[in-house]
Amino acid sequence: MKMKLKSKKAPVIDHSDSGSLLNPLKNLQFLARKPVTEPLKPRLASLNYRGFHLNDWEECVGCASCQKICDNAAITMVEIPGLPNDPVKGIRNHRPAIDYGRCCWCALCVDICPSSSLSLSREYVHTCDQEHIDSYFILPDPNGIHKEHFGKGWQKTEHSDLLSLTRSVMAELEPENRIDNFDEIVDGFTPEQAVLEASRCVQCGMCHDSCPTNMHAPEYIRAIWNNDAEEAVRQIYRTNPFAHVCGRVCTHRCEDACSIGIRGEPIAIRWLKRYAMDSVSHERIKEIVNEGNTAKSSGKKVAIIGAGPAGLTAAFDLVRSGHQVEVFEALPHAGGMTRYGIPDYRLPFDTLQQDIDIITSLGVKIHYNCIIGKNKRMSTLRKNFDAVILAIGLSQGRQTRIKNSDHRHVYRAVDLLQKISTGEEIELPHSVAVIGGGNVAMDIARSLARLQKQQYGKVQITLTALEEQQHFMADPEEIKESLEEGIVIKDSCGPQGCEIDNDGKLTGLKTWKVTSIFDEQHRFAPQYDEEQEVVHNCEAVIEAIGQFADTSLLGKELTEQLEWNRGRLQIDENGQTSEDWLWSAGDCVNGPDVVHAVADGHRVAASIEQQLKVKTQ
Amino acid sequence: MRPENYQAVNHPPSNEYELNFGPNHPGIEGNYALKVKLQGDTVVEARADAGYLHRGFEKLMEDRLWIQNISLVPRICVPDPVPMEVCYSLAVEELAGLELPERAQWLRVLQLELSRIAAHLFYFGGHAATTGMYTPMYWGVADRDLLLDLFEELTGGRVYSIYNMPGGVRQDIPRGFLQRLSDTLDYIEGRLKDYDNLFFTNQIFVKRAKGIGIISQEQALEWSVTGPNLRACGLEFDVRRDDPYLIYDQLKFDIPTEHGGDAWARTLVRRLEMVESISIIRQVIKALPDIKGPVRTPIPNPLAWRVPAGDSYARVESSKGELAYYVVSNGGDKPYRVHIRGPSAMHAVQVLEKLAVGCRVEDVAQTMFSLDACPPEVDR
Repeated sequence: MKMKLKSKKAPVIDHSDSGSLLNPLKNLQFLARKPVTEPLKPRLASLNYRGFHLNDWEECVGCASCQKICDNAAITMVEIPGLPNDPVKGIRNHRPAIDYGRCCWCALCVDICPSSSLSLSREYVHTCDQEHIDSYFILPDPNGIHKEHFGKGWQKTEHSDLLSLTRSVMAELEPENRIDNFDEIVDGFTPEQAVLEASRCVQCGMCHDSCPTNMHAPEYIRAIWNNDAEEAVRQIYRTNPFAHVCGRVCTHRCEDACSIGIRGEPIAIRWLKRYAMDSVSHERIKEIVNEGNTAKSSGKKVAIIGAGPAGLTAAFDLVRSGHQVEVFEALPHAGGMTRYGIPDYRLPFDTLQQDIDIITSLGVKIHYNCIIGKNKRMSTLRKNFDAVILAIGLSQGRQTRIKNSDHRHVYRAVDLLQKISTGEEIELPHSVAVIGGGNVAMDIARSLARLQKQQYGKVQITLTALEEQQHFMADPEEIKESLEEGIVIKDSCGPQGCEIDNDGKLTGLKTWKVTSIFDEQHRFAPQYDEEQEVVHNCEAVIEAIGQFADTSLLGKELTEQLEWNRGRLQIDENGQTSEDWLWSAGDCVNGPDVVHAVADGHRVAASIEQQLKVKTQ
Repeated sequence: MRPENYQAVNHPPSNEYELNFGPNHPGIEGNYALKVKLQGDTVVEARADAGYLHRGFEKLMEDRLWIQNISLVPRICVPDPVPMEVCYSLAVEELAGLELPERAQWLRVLQLELSRIAAHLFYFGGHAATTGMYTPMYWGVADRDLLLDLFEELTGGRVYSIYNMPGGVRQDIPRGFLQRLSDTLDYIEGRLKDYDNLFFTNQIFVKRAKGIGIISQEQALEWSVTGPNLRACGLEFDVRRDDPYLIYDQLKFDIPTEHGGDAWARTLVRRLEMVESISIIRQVIKALPDIKGPVRTPIPNPLAWRVPAGDSYARVESSKGELAYYVVSNGGDKPYRVHIRGPSAMHAVQVLEKLAVGCRVEDVAQTMFSLDACPPEVDR
């Protein structure tokens, strides 16, 4: 530390001069000057002023981030019954109320607001008498505290925005490295990337509300942020035994509802779940799942038809409640559509197997290759079990019934996917036209592209769909990755027939340009422009326009006994059919989606549990 | 509050009697008391009595997120809040390894100097009031208001600007701000002559303040006197020059010193510092348009921002002396411990207790005020 001793020098301001006697006369000049005192008139605050809050209710989603950042605990979230409340869209009918007895006008709430709905106004005067002391507790709206327009003051700018709106980067295979194999595309987060990604979360819980099975995403994201993957697994298993599967192929409604997604990229909740599952050993996960499981045997037996996500989730719940559970699976492996419908590059079979292994390790018995209606009858199940769950999924592909669609080179996507996943030899066409714009269409197109690349060295796949590309049912990433892998997408194409040459060989798919898909009553009634006819040359056509359930296993007698609704089994809100021993769950009830199937599994398990309890009593 | 203050008063058998200066007294900013024992008009003993404003800032900070603390720290020193924000931010930035954008560094210097002028205007107005001169007080407060207008425009808040945060400043300057700043500086500079006539060279004041509360150079060093109070003793030390932070090493400014170490010298040093601060801000105004780039290095989501474990010490030259933050992190989302080294605690307790002894009763308030101690910062 330097400290200089200053040498004596003449002072800058000379105080020794006591001045002239006439000095006081100088004061006369002040008569002509403006007084320094402030006039008593209202003064408009600066453009940047941090005054009372404004909140745009249309923009606000009620995520409560303002409440969390408020260091004075001045903000309370108040439920407003009249406002929209839509968990799927990530909108809650809560709005922040400010206690101005506590607020310090720091505007951190404005800077963190994910929807940018909050701002501060240029209004700064409020007072009241003792009787109206509640007027310091304000529910800010766009009109300001006194409904007088003072305009916006402090608002969020790119500089002051406190949220990180971009995702932590995760490595994945480049198109040229993935197109000729079935290796998993995404690498998953490294621990550093996962913690960084988890740190973006504001813990609003929109993900939890939007998830069909209400996964505790905020809790496991926080656990990952705390470097506690085991706690994350514990939180995940509270609601989802298909954790590995959902960590990879979930349709992630949570991410659509994520409040960070309003202005930026939503938290990669799905990949974080995958990270948590991948970073804990299989044996340890088994231990975590078994923690606190003290259920005693109830002596009740439950049969489940179909070892897919819905059936096995119900099995998971029921076996942990002490019931004896047997699952009957028609195919040689468990997993249902996640095993036979989703290609290896999206969901490696061994990770699926880990989920199933955990469920079976709890004591769930799965009978493979056991077809109900053939190897065993429904009536036998009814006799031997206290409850039966029908979780048969959507195993049959729908057909377009266009001209020549009965040709042997016209395939159903689900059939082909099943063959590819079991490693069965297929007659691989050199060129293919796929009909459909959903995820199944993408799966079959991309699987065949890989096989074509392996066997023929080039990809010749055209995907046609009725919708415009931006309205495809498939995930945007699927479309992007398909294009990267050399698949040609022709949107707004309505299939009209398969072209067959004189030798009976399939040569192409004829399509017309779609002008509209739905009529005025929003019914499906596609209109075409016949002028714009295209023939897509191909050796095979694959239909990927949806699936339906094969309910033939029920048998004639039972089918007649049950109540149906437009070709679907009639069930109540708990998944119970009109027969009190039979429940139905999963894709065959809700349409294709893993996480809905898991939610359904829980629902029927809870319903069965309740009924069995009543019976016991 | 010191427990001994609540003991039964032992009335001295002699001609001594006890007098309370404060906690409500115009002789000091805020709630603070000096209990003096008098023999006739002369002080024979003085006890500083702090605690009327204790809010436990250091402890509060341990329970708040790193970012939430930025709205807390300016409250520690009301008349000069900016150094609190800047110093806390500097300490956290060092801990977190955050790089501070150049533009933010210039903007911080701008605020720091603006705040210094505002604090000095407030100070000399108050000092004048302790000698019974109320016009300088009106002038000082009214002209400080013009600077507060600038703060309002720049930061959205007049007193608690809450504008600095770890990583930089929260927003860029508004359009036309530099021009208005420049105009206000011209006005303040023009006013300095009026202040001199009215106050600094006014014999009513000079004769009152000369020779009051003299601190010798040895005492200054022994008592940890810093800032203008130190420089009034003829010791030239200024953190801005001797341990430069931000971009102070790129600026030209003098360090005014005075001799005598009395109340008048302390006031005069501050009067001269205003000129230097004006000159520094003018240098910033000139340089700022050419310094492009962001004003803040983004930090992760503040609700889940962890600062690596470690400790850091940052110091700045506030208007009242050397201000420093010692911040310890255990790698969590909140500070593990924050200690504030404030200049006022030294000046208002250990220095004042000694200086007041020997003063006449009418000079006690002036002695207190000439040290420019800030009670909220003593209490923390």
